Amino acid sequence: MPKTLYDKLWEEHHICELDSGESLIYIDRHFLHEVTSPQAFEGLDQKNLVPWRLGANIATPDHNVPTSRGDSFNTDNILDEISKIQVVELDKNCNKFGIKQFDIKSSNQGIVHVIGPELGYTIPGMTIVCGDSHTSTHGAFGCLAMGIGTSEVEHVLATQTLKISKLKNMQVIFDGKPKAGVSSKDIVLFMIKKIGTAGGNGHAIEFTGSYIDSISMEARMTICNMAIEAGAKVGLVAPDETTFNYVREHSFLDKDMLAEAVDYWKTLKSDEDAVYGKKVKIDVSDIKPQITWGTSPEMVIDFDEIIPSSKTPSKNSKNIELAKKYMGVEDNQKLSDLKFDKVFIGSCTNSRIEDLREAANVISGKTVSNDIIEAIVVPGSGAVKSEAESEGLDKIFTAAGFIWKDPGCSMCLGMNPDQLKPYERCASTSNRNFEGRQGNMGRTHLMSPAMAAHVAIHGKVGDLS
Amino acid sequence: MKQINPKLIYGVVATIDRDNIDTDQIIPTEYLKSIKKFGYEDYLFDGWRYLDKGKLGISSMEREKNKEFILNNSPYDSASVLLTRDNFGCGSSREHAVWALRDFGIRAVIASSFGDIFYNNCFKNGVLPITLSKNDVENLFQAFESSSSNIEIFLEKKLLKYNDSEIAFEVDNNLLERIIFGLDDVDITLRNKEAISAYEEKRMIEKPWIYKND
Repeated sequence: MPKTLYDKLWEEHHICELDSGESLIYIDRHFLHEVTSPQAFEGLDQKNLVPWRLGANIATPDHNVPTSRGDSFNTDNILDEISKIQVVELDKNCNKFGIKQFDIKSSNQGIVHVIGPELGYTIPGMTIVCGDSHTSTHGAFGCLAMGIGTSEVEHVLATQTLKISKLKNMQVIFDGKPKAGVSSKDIVLFMIKKIGTAGGNGHAIEFTGSYIDSISMEARMTICNMAIEAGAKVGLVAPDETTFNYVREHSFLDKDMLAEAVDYWKTLKSDEDAVYGKKVKIDVSDIKPQITWGTSPEMVIDFDEIIPSSKTPSKNSKNIELAKKYMGVEDNQKLSDLKFDKVFIGSCTNSRIEDLREAANVISGKTVSNDIIEAIVVPGSGAVKSEAESEGLDKIFTAAGFIWKDPGCSMCLGMNPDQLKPYERCASTSNRNFEGRQGNMGRTHLMSPAMAAHVAIHGKVGDLS
Repeated sequence: MKQINPKLIYGVVATIDRDNIDTDQIIPTEYLKSIKKFGYEDYLFDGWRYLDKGKLGISSMEREKNKEFILNNSPYDSASVLLTRDNFGCGSSREHAVWALRDFGIRAVIASSFGDIFYNNCFKNGVLPITLSKNDVENLFQAFESSSSNIEIFLEKKLLKYNDSEIAFEVDNNLLERIIFGLDDVDITLRNKEAISAYEEKRMIEKPWIYKND
């Protein structure tokens, strides 16, 4: 029976089937952050348990951390008392149980899905979980990676396993070569528009095709990151030479062990005649820059299109009407008519070095529009930040009028001081345009780093080609 | 504390006629700063329920309520079932979304589909997600938007009754049992301690690179 990559990863980690019909799946790597872990540690404590395998766990604070920290910052300097408690709690729990943490003072602190791969903790063939839905990011390495709830965080700490049922297989084939100015963010937004935010529910999506083969690990991470926005908690790309080269560059494994591992990783691909429950084909060569207009990541249109009307009767009319009201957009308005107030370049979707280069390339030699109240760049990690600085990207951003920040999740979800004020319209490279996501009553438009950079300069979206 | 029958969910149905209600709407990020597992009832659907901006620790009594939002009006302020449309609970994995529903008193959510992670989280916290066809959901909307009658949900029979109608629903028996008996997954899994250890020992030999930084 031919198998998909997901089938192979599932079988490899399958410990046993339970009476319930569910399976016990072994977890190789567990990432933790300050928001979804405190209740899990408390549960562990109440049961008098300790982590099953300490070395599997890697922690870092990212959601709550302020991004204007400077050099001598420590947790005591967090002004929001409630945020501080969570960061302190993570310190305490990691110290108490002996979990490795890249704390707020560490030069390697960053968004958990950015530091995992770059520090070599994410390698192909692993099962990876984290109390965060964007754990799907790590699927770019051919890992079975998914977001879990806090009860499951406790379960993984205590047992090194998850008790789950198998997902169905889905394949998305991206073929073709994208036009200039079109990035992996546009491609994945286009896919979400096509299949909807529930299109991948119950499925693990494997991304394949000549386009996927041709792109970098960072671009693949952007696509897997947003699999969850299409409803799939697992996104996957089969590891190939691009993957192995990335891992060789970032790994702490010695050469011999790495070579042995690569031999195994080469087997991690779907069999030629493997069967998928769902298949979607997308030609990327006609895709224009994609931008969300509404309050769900499926509310996506081309940058030069007219925003959908709620007056055309459809099963979606009510959703469209509610979204338009919230977003403050009128019938027959074009996306390119909207005036923006803020620009956010960052998040686990688009805060890696290639994203920052893409944005800096658009910004170089230009200045931020007077219409823009604030434009910020939040590198995904300490390592991204220092690499960007060594390339002089920070200078390009600050010379143009951007604020260059310290790593964290920042305005993707506004748990720290980086938030929208009511009715502010934001060009954001993040992953969710939900109501209130970036701040109470704030209005989010998702787009690529290059388009967000364009908005910073012109105050509006426009042609990048 | 009110005694509850774990095999029967009975009470008022609140309706929210909307697709894709994400967990950020069920509970906004601001309240994820709590390190507790309980006490989220005042923040459920915060952005729709209140007209002012809240923060962790503030009680519902002190807030400016949106009178048009269903959960602010009697009898829906004591609803035990929520009826909604497609893909409820999509987005963020925050279990706080289920905690907020549970703490408010919601014991079952009926929808035509659910976000995968949310669906899973429900069973860890005694909240029953019921998936029905779009047609059945539409019929329920018609029944409960026009009158505030009660619903009865019989967990063991997998059957819900309202007015003079009934609808059978599907749910995995084991997940259902977890709700009825309030079982703890960690305890159950640790009965397989030896199988986990045996797997792990073998993996350490076969795939040593996984354990390199331990």
